Amino acid sequence: MTDALLDVAGLSKSFHQVHAVRDVGFTIGRGETFGIVGESGSGKSTTARLVLRLVEPTRGVIRFRGQDLATLSKEALRRERRHMQMIFQDPFGSLNGRMTIEQLIAEPMEVHHIGDSVERRRRVGQLLAEVGLPEAARHRFPHEFSGGQRQRIAIARALATEPQLIVADEPVSALDVSVQAQVLNLLLDLQQRHGLALLFISHDLRVVEFMCDRIAVMYLGTVVEEGPKAEIYAEPRHPYTRALLESAPGRARKGAPLKGDIPSAANLPTGCVFQSRCPRAFDRCTHEAPQPRAVAPSHRVACHLAEE
Amino acid sequence: MTDQAPILEVRDLSVSLPISGRMVPVVTDLSMSISPGEAVALVGESGCGKSMTARAIIGLPPPGAVVSGSIRLEGRELTTLSPRERRRVGGRGIGFIFQEPMTSLHPTLSIGQQMTDALRYNLNLPTRVARDRARELLARVGLPKERDLLNAYVHELSGGMRQRVMIAMAISCNPKLVIADEPTTALDVTIQAQVLELLIAMRAEIGLAMLYISHDLEVVAEFCDRAIVMYAGDQVEAGTPVECLKMPHHPYTRGLVDAIPHAGEARARLSPIPGQVPSLGSWPRGCRFQPRCPRQDDRCATRPELATVVRSEVRCWHPLVGEVS
Amino acid sequence: MLRFLGQRLLLMIPTVVVPLVLVFLLLRLAPGDPAAQILGDQASPSEIAALRSEMGLDLPLPVQFVLWAKNIVTLKLGTSFFFKQPVIDLLPQYALVTLQIALAALFLAVALGSILGVVAAINKDGVLDRGLVGVAVLGISLPEFWLALLLIFLFAVTLRWFPVSGYVPPADGLLASAATIALPALALGIRQSALITRMMRSSMLDVLGEPYIVTARAQGLPEAMVIGRYAVRTAAIPVVTVAGLSASYLLSGAVSIELIFSLPGLGKLLIDAVARRDYPVVEGAVLLIALMLAALNLIIDVVYALLDPRVRMG
Ligand SMILES: Nc1ncnc2c1ncn2[C@@H]1O[C@H](COP(=O)(O)OP(=O)(O)OP(=O)(O)O)[C@@H](O)[C@H]1O
Ligand SMILES: Nc1ncnc2c1ncn2[C@@H]1O[C@H](COP(=O)(O)OP(=O)(O)OP(=O)(O)O)[C@@H](O)[C@H]1O
Ligand SMILES: [Mg+2]
Ligand SMILES: [Mg+2]
Repeated sequence: MTDALLDVAGLSKSFHQVHAVRDVGFTIGRGETFGIVGESGSGKSTTARLVLRLVEPTRGVIRFRGQDLATLSKEALRRERRHMQMIFQDPFGSLNGRMTIEQLIAEPMEVHHIGDSVERRRRVGQLLAEVGLPEAARHRFPHEFSGGQRQRIAIARALATEPQLIVADEPVSALDVSVQAQVLNLLLDLQQRHGLALLFISHDLRVVEFMCDRIAVMYLGTVVEEGPKAEIYAEPRHPYTRALLESAPGRARKGAPLKGDIPSAANLPTGCVFQSRCPRAFDRCTHEAPQPRAVAPSHRVACHLAEE
Repeated sequence: MTDQAPILEVRDLSVSLPISGRMVPVVTDLSMSISPGEAVALVGESGCGKSMTARAIIGLPPPGAVVSGSIRLEGRELTTLSPRERRRVGGRGIGFIFQEPMTSLHPTLSIGQQMTDALRYNLNLPTRVARDRARELLARVGLPKERDLLNAYVHELSGGMRQRVMIAMAISCNPKLVIADEPTTALDVTIQAQVLELLIAMRAEIGLAMLYISHDLEVVAEFCDRAIVMYAGDQVEAGTPVECLKMPHHPYTRGLVDAIPHAGEARARLSPIPGQVPSLGSWPRGCRFQPRCPRQDDRCATRPELATVVRSEVRCWHPLVGEVS
Repeated sequence: MLRFLGQRLLLMIPTVVVPLVLVFLLLRLAPGDPAAQILGDQASPSEIAALRSEMGLDLPLPVQFVLWAKNIVTLKLGTSFFFKQPVIDLLPQYALVTLQIALAALFLAVALGSILGVVAAINKDGVLDRGLVGVAVLGISLPEFWLALLLIFLFAVTLRWFPVSGYVPPADGLLASAATIALPALALGIRQSALITRMMRSSMLDVLGEPYIVTARAQGLPEAMVIGRYAVRTAAIPVVTVAGLSASYLLSGAVSIELIFSLPGLGKLLIDAVARRDYPVVEGAVLLIALMLAALNLIIDVVYALLDPRVRMG
């Protein structure tokens, strides 16, 4: 834990009435892939943006490379950004359509004053090769590329400053399976080659299982379970995690699917957030919110039932 | 099941669309037949022509589309009917569930108004009876009885509730066949499971035949009797979904299955299909998968016909036989 | 719905108050002394002063304003300097003419525009569509006064179907009254109906591509029902905005077209009153026009709410 690259604790963010993220905490080691799964509106994207301080946290500590980003000055934060980059879901919207691929990939280097223009141009060539795009792509525009290729461009751009952490928010959700596999392979290769840590967000449980070392399961803004991937997939401890895993395609379904809809984040129940849909909810769940507690080394669950 | 007369029989269905001034094929020579109570899956990646096939079957392709081939519903040829007659026959005989629960229901008509319109028109029910039946249907798809959903509008419902309403509407006129175009893709995982469960239950309860469109072979393997795999407007393989998953015969199906990340193989590499799907209007001659295919050779320059390989129908000169994936 | 109406009524207040205050200030601050003008050149300064104090013009501006505001609120609009008649009795007959023209033109614009727009959209790219779009472009490019002259020349002078000018109140025969406002209403309404045709057409084309239309068709509903009940219902929503703009435009348009056809409407009353410095009439007429515009906005909002439950429920 001492050489953690990113250590997040008590992270919260509210947009007016909406408690998008509440008391989220996790740790990412160097070179590790940490996954966040959860359904729509559970606060995955908000957590990702908070980690990079793209949105200001309401509360919480974000310790990145030993410094607390939440209290860093604007200028110091700007300099620190060099070591963390982001990839978005939408390969169509996240690239400025009026810039050439070369300009797009060189931009982060310019922002952080890395190399001179000759050096930067050489590096663009290197990065293009690294993400498997032809050298000729350099002078073309994003709209001339397919979804998968655009995601490669976004990855090259993220790699340009040689970051230690890449936050990828649903990077393959908009892609077809065969193209998704290409992009996932690329991410794995790059990660090994550069020793990158990856915060990988997805709602596709198969993809998360494939990519991640450790995962956090989010529900309505809170982390209900966090731990090693293998442990959680083999033996989920939180009733929500269990239901989620059983809902995934390709997995034999044991229980009935969860009843009811996800409550609105603007109108949270008291007690446990999951009680309204939990097949095993009891008295205590209605008035007392369960605190996360360790059920095994580095495996924490926020459920009253997990206490024994 | 094969001894019964099919509910739906499609022969050599082709669809072309006008794209920048010329007719471009989108679906070619697709054939299928669905028996009473049978569930058939149409599987393929984005843009391969799944929705277009479905829309051609219900007679509602985009404007300007040219559709050829034969479509029979309970033995009755639909393509030669007048548009008016066709819509009437299709409206009663086929229920349709769309991919987009957000935009497939009318935004300013109440749920009740939309449901009773079809009941009144197709089954000639008086308004009050139609409303009672609509209320029953909503309860049947598992929507809360306490809420007066007949007077609710779409924007008041969650995605899962909307899709339940769509299902209720699709089965409202007692169709023999329901076509579901990716009915769960836009929903959350746990809600997806709910809706899928409901569809499976409905099918068992009323003995519905179903054409289920999906991009995920693993999903359809759970409940479909047969799967048709499409690539670039072509039917490349048809067989049981389990066979398609466990012993694919077409190299494309094989590639698709291998690209799905699986438990246990973590941190190994996935095997993606090299290259990308050819865009509409620039499909290669002969076999359309040929430029991306590991088994490609000279023969592939001519288009293969569908042929039986083991228990499946496969459109390939060099099908895989007995190689377990 | 009641809360919605309440909100809208509150929002109406500024649209009525602002023009009135402007008129008050403009009339008071403009050069020239109304008392002197009323009494004519021969009046002695003492006579003028007497009249000024009678009219309250010698009081400080803020005091005048308070008195004025009190009168407006209690609808004491005063007596016309020129007609020597209470303004409140004077206004209705003039307003009726203007309203008649504006409403007839609005009806023409909305009914014709909507129907033609729907017809064009259903026949997209067909002969009918092209023809209608062409005519609409022509209709939009013709200015009203020009159209009015053309209409007068064709229907009144050459064909003699309608009177060239003049007005018959509805009380003296509905048909005769309708004949007198037919040409002005046509002159005003055609351009707006062309605008609404275009708007309705593009709105319909958008809606016809929506998935919920495919749903309705897939349910086997006949095309007439799909268009009439499902498509028009949503296509009309953006058209209401345009119709609302049209309506306020038509109201002011009616005021000016009255001059061409020399009809005794609010416009003529207002222009004459300004020329005569007949304050009470100017203020009364402005108040009435502002109220009519505000009422119009309220009607548009209500139509919106009726068409769209999302607006209704907030
Ligand atoms: N800028 C914002 N203003 C107001 N509310 C917001 C904002 N951003 C997010 N929210 C709300 O915060 C909650 C969490 O949103 P978030 O985007 O983090 O969810 P997510 O898990 O990424 O969902 P998805 O899978 O749909 O991307 C949601 O209820 C959302 O509506
Ligand atoms: N109205 C249209 N005009 C022109 N091209 C269209 C139209 N509708 C669909 N297409 C094209 O036809 C092809 C087949 O579309 P279709 O909607 O059948 O794909 P699909 O298999 O359903 O894909 P998805 O999984 O993305 O829904 C696509 O390449 C699409 O771009
Ligand atoms: Mg998100
Ligand atoms: Mg589709």
